[in-house]
Amino acid sequence: MSKRTIIIVTVLIFGTMAFFAGNSMAAGRDYISIVGSSTVYPFATVVAEQFGKTTSYKTPKIESTGSGGGFKLFCAGVGVEHPDITNASRAIKKSEYDKCQANGVTDIIEVKIGYDGIVLANSKKTAPFQLNRKDIFLALAKDVPDPNGGEKLVPNPYKTWKDVNSSLPAQNIEVLGPPPTSGTRDAFVELAMEGGAKEFDFIKAMKKTNKNQYKAVCHTVREDGAYIEAGENDNLIVQKLEANPGAIGIFGFSFLDQNTDKIQGSFVDGVQPTFEAIADGQYPVSRPLFFYVKKAHADAIPGVNQYLEEFTSERAWGEEGYLSEKGMIPMPDAERKEFRSNVKNLKPLKK
Amino acid sequence: MNNTENTSPLKKTSVVRTMDIVNQGLKKRYAAERRFKRLGFAAIIASMLFLALLFVSISSNGYTAFWQTFMKIEVFFDPELLPQDALRTADYGGLVKQSLRNMFPKAKGRRDKRALYKLVSTGAAFQLRDMVLQKPELIGQSLEVWVPADDDVDMFIKGHFDRNLPEDERRLKDNQLAWIDSMTAQESIKKKINTTFFTAGDSREPELAGIRGAVIGSFYTLVITLLLSFPIGVAAAIYLEEFAPRNRWTDLIEVNINNLAAVPSIVFGLLGLAVFLNFFGLPRSAPLVGGLVLTLMTLPTIIIASRAAILSVPPSIREAALGVGASRMQVVAHHVLPLALPGMLTGTIIGMARALGESAPLLMIGMVAFIVDVPGGITDPATVLPVQIYLWVDSPERAFVERTSAAVMVLLAFLVAMNATAVFLRKRFERRW
Repeated sequence: MSKRTIIIVTVLIFGTMAFFAGNSMAAGRDYISIVGSSTVYPFATVVAEQFGKTTSYKTPKIESTGSGGGFKLFCAGVGVEHPDITNASRAIKKSEYDKCQANGVTDIIEVKIGYDGIVLANSKKTAPFQLNRKDIFLALAKDVPDPNGGEKLVPNPYKTWKDVNSSLPAQNIEVLGPPPTSGTRDAFVELAMEGGAKEFDFIKAMKKTNKNQYKAVCHTVREDGAYIEAGENDNLIVQKLEANPGAIGIFGFSFLDQNTDKIQGSFVDGVQPTFEAIADGQYPVSRPLFFYVKKAHADAIPGVNQYLEEFTSERAWGEEGYLSEKGMIPMPDAERKEFRSNVKNLKPLKK
Repeated sequence: MNNTENTSPLKKTSVVRTMDIVNQGLKKRYAAERRFKRLGFAAIIASMLFLALLFVSISSNGYTAFWQTFMKIEVFFDPELLPQDALRTADYGGLVKQSLRNMFPKAKGRRDKRALYKLVSTGAAFQLRDMVLQKPELIGQSLEVWVPADDDVDMFIKGHFDRNLPEDERRLKDNQLAWIDSMTAQESIKKKINTTFFTAGDSREPELAGIRGAVIGSFYTLVITLLLSFPIGVAAAIYLEEFAPRNRWTDLIEVNINNLAAVPSIVFGLLGLAVFLNFFGLPRSAPLVGGLVLTLMTLPTIIIASRAAILSVPPSIREAALGVGASRMQVVAHHVLPLALPGMLTGTIIGMARALGESAPLLMIGMVAFIVDVPGGITDPATVLPVQIYLWVDSPERAFVERTSAAVMVLLAFLVAMNATAVFLRKRFERRW
């Protein structure tokens, strides 16, 4: 080996060492890693930023993977390479809980943070819709009860809103909504469509006799073009509603709140989707939002306990808190107290 | 028509006939050529029009983001609110609220006061905190400070909200509009250059959000990509062209490299997740892993461009070098490589420009995340500029629309600069044989 080669090799080695030296690799992560729902993401990011600015800890890193994707990463195990917290727009399923237990993630704390309303909005250029959950089910389900009567299910024949309910306008049914991968879609079919399907006695009876068929009837959305999957980008849906006044869009309350000059929410079961109506439970299409924490990580990763404290403080999730200004509906006082004490005591979830 | 009879009238007729046929055809040929030229010209005009449409629509949406509305408030750094031993955690928001109340003493009642406080950004409190921490002698003094306004006020001042709508359809209520009008009359509300856009990391508040974190993350990622893909790509190309034997294995390799250049980029992200994150255990969301994934993606492009560049060096140069007594290594290192370098550089820069604009492969390795802190090294969590744009597009706040377009303008500026460098280098070092 010539002298020159030795010098070059030494310089390269020291260079790479210097590049890596100042940084700690995965062992000993000093920031909080959060994954999960894209619905909770706008709220968790506000808390994370506030936490980062007011304390000396690093700002948590938050990924928007979807509720299901978040649980997959969360339940993969305990350790610095796995996330500490997962956000979810639905409660954890039994199968996911079992998977967590199987992989060693034994103590998880469930924290409900508030409610989110799902609105059916249309452009201000036309009149707002007055819908019942039954109308929503009949307009959007794949199979509906036979219009001629009886207890049979037929493929959805309705083309206009007037066909579904004679008091509605004679407009084509055109609904832009979330795709099947979205938690918002899961919540919408459960709250709005299932709520409407239950009004048919024979479908309600199906719940006891054949649960799978009941779920299939209530949750399957029509695929003949009346329901258009508009992707995860809700800003795009708002723009499309502006361009097409005859269409209706399905998204979270925060998007309606930020665009009140262009769009309006439809009345569901006679209730207008306002902050107050969703907060006191009158508006029927609202779902709780959660996040789940690993107890093992709460002490191991610096800052987790303080982040939990910030999230469960009154200035964050209270009635006048900064999360409510971003469009999240706060829980009633009693629930806030309950979850705050759960977090303080790191009370694990039992399913 | 080969009439070789030597009779004058017949000879003339045959000559005239051929000429006639040619002449008739000539008009059509010229017409076809003119049409073809015009079509080509129209194609160029159409593509320039689309390009102009792209630039104009993005710039018209985005140029307003380079200004931010600021409000002048008179702040009294009250020693009672700022205890000496807990300066970092003191209630600086209280200072801001106090000065707003002093400016508009008529605002009574909790709802009115909340509406008043909402006019100023939450970042104002942190601005005051930084001022006091830097110069503690400010405590006890009064100072006029320009603080950023809330994003709703900013959008109103820039003309994006219609003030004539009924009150319940507006983001700003009548009392807030009245306060803004009185401040405009006193000239204590102004638009200034938005330096926060270039100095701050991501934020949930549009008036405090910037692209610095994303730009630094992109920089680290591209540095890693360049450091890895250029040497490996060039070395592979040299070996395949100069030293490798021509057999079925090398044919197979060539076919595979060409195929890899066309693979959708998200597949590389899946590979990165499986190999770099799960198997090697590298930190998630780090520019190191992003750089490795993008290296895999740009390697085929660089190898193909380098091979083309090496092939373009005439064999006479190689034979002359060999004839003068150079070894094969010397021929490659001293003659072929320097002459092929311009083409290799062009291919590399084009590959880098493509890597700069990628966001799909980075999705799987966790670089699509809300990261506020500006990354300090290659193992800190980071995001890249296209991903930052993608995340802002999903935000409901109206003010993010213009910032998204502004970030797109910055990204396009970088890409144009990189491609212009490629063209310049090519022209400068081009050798004609």
